Amino acid sequence: MLLDNNRRNPSGILPSEITPQEVFEQRRTVLKLAGVAAANLLLPTSAQAAQTLDFQKSVYGKEEKLTSFEDVTGYNNYYEFGTGKEDPAREAVLFKPSPWSIKIEGAVKQAKSLSIEQLIKLAPLEERIYRMRCVEGWSMVIPWIGLPLKALIDWAQPTGNAKYIEFISYNDPRHMPGARIPVLDWPYIEGLRMDEAMQPLTILAVGLYGKVLPNQNGAPVRLVVPWKYGFKGAKAISTIRFVEQMPNTTWMKASPREYGFYANVNPLVDHPRWTQSSEKRIGAGVFAGRVKTRMFNGYDEVGQLYAGMDLKKSF
Amino acid sequence: MLTLFLRRFPIQKPANAIRALKGAIWVGASLPIVRLLYLGLTDDLGANPVEFIERSTGTWALVFLLLSLSVTPLRNLTQWAWLIAVRRLLGLWMFAYACLHVLSYVWLDYQFDWTDIVKDILKHPYVLVGAAALLLTLPLAATSNQKAIRLLKQRWKSLHRLAYVIGVLVLLHYWWLVKKDVTEPVIYSMVFAGLMLARWPWKGRPAS
Repeated sequence: MLLDNNRRNPSGILPSEITPQEVFEQRRTVLKLAGVAAANLLLPTSAQAAQTLDFQKSVYGKEEKLTSFEDVTGYNNYYEFGTGKEDPAREAVLFKPSPWSIKIEGAVKQAKSLSIEQLIKLAPLEERIYRMRCVEGWSMVIPWIGLPLKALIDWAQPTGNAKYIEFISYNDPRHMPGARIPVLDWPYIEGLRMDEAMQPLTILAVGLYGKVLPNQNGAPVRLVVPWKYGFKGAKAISTIRFVEQMPNTTWMKASPREYGFYANVNPLVDHPRWTQSSEKRIGAGVFAGRVKTRMFNGYDEVGQLYAGMDLKKSF
Repeated sequence: MLTLFLRRFPIQKPANAIRALKGAIWVGASLPIVRLLYLGLTDDLGANPVEFIERSTGTWALVFLLLSLSVTPLRNLTQWAWLIAVRRLLGLWMFAYACLHVLSYVWLDYQFDWTDIVKDILKHPYVLVGAAALLLTLPLAATSNQKAIRLLKQRWKSLHRLAYVIGVLVLLHYWWLVKKDVTEPVIYSMVFAGLMLARWPWKGRPAS
């Protein structure tokens, strides 16, 4: 028990440690009131800060043990808000993800843009519980709320020249302290091949844990591709461009030897610096050790997308 | 200038100064361990506690290496010959933190899975140079006593110049480990470079 994270391990809780229900509920009321007060005080216009979303449950990841909300929203790689894992939660507080519109351009019938409100009406929002494997060797299980990217693609009406999609993240050095430092080539660019983008697992997330997406997780809209390393998940997407050539993504530019375009989770292709055959599950505790990393992060159904490809070369 | 200034405040009893400084080092050097234990017991090591412990112990090992390397320049600057008496203690604290660093890697991170550990060391250059640095600290720790100094004579000094090599390896380990933001390795490297330059035999001062 000593060093173990017994708080995260319900079976390790002593009956004496359980807070009586009335005290707990009182605490929630206090928090709720405090939250409302704080929201009224600080953010009179953006009351959607903790807004809940209407969504359907889905079959994905029902058996998984969720990573705590605290860890999902407190341990983030989001370099526009700093390179430290705790930086985004702190630095993104004042970021305003609303109003927001996404530009759709490139190989489409007609360039246009749509607001988040329009986006979430393109398809019913679903909860997708996905594993997320970071290239750095850690992983989480996150209950995203989002819609299939395919819904947006259908709406965008790409032409026959559209072979890839490029996702360009919002870049505003005034409100994103990390974007003032040329640690990466801003804006952040990610990309998918068209068939990867159409794969039903690929979603645009607008929320997590039933609520609107927190700023540090990529509000208001981010990409989630669960069989790829986490950095493929472009955050705060401002432009979606349909292109003929494979996009040159930010991390490919930063270090082509280390980061490939595909970035599929693959325990057999080692990263020059990190072991990719196993991973640390966030929240599992100090003595939990590692779990084996699975091919395509366990989403075997995507294997057919890469039939005939040498995944050691196209990493 | 500084030397003249310091001469106005001569340390009457170096033995007391040594004792006081050693006491301060023991207390200061124990604090990070106490902090880690406290944070561990209160479940406050963050989302990735193992990484937290690895980073913390690794950083403190580097700090104590730099502190031990700063004794000679500081002694030259202040002309306080007695300062040399705390160098061994600083070096041994570096060794202690290096051991804790490796223990957290072998135990907490890899659960003594030696196949995976060997693979990790051989495949990843940053782990390899870290492992090499640790190996080099072993003979230094083993000869950090009066008996070894007497036995090895002049060779002891040559042997302990390995500390410079360890410094370079450890800094490489740090540079190669960070993904993109090299701010911290840059700072530590500049301190190390400064301490090396301070050893340069500038005019009038013998090399040490």
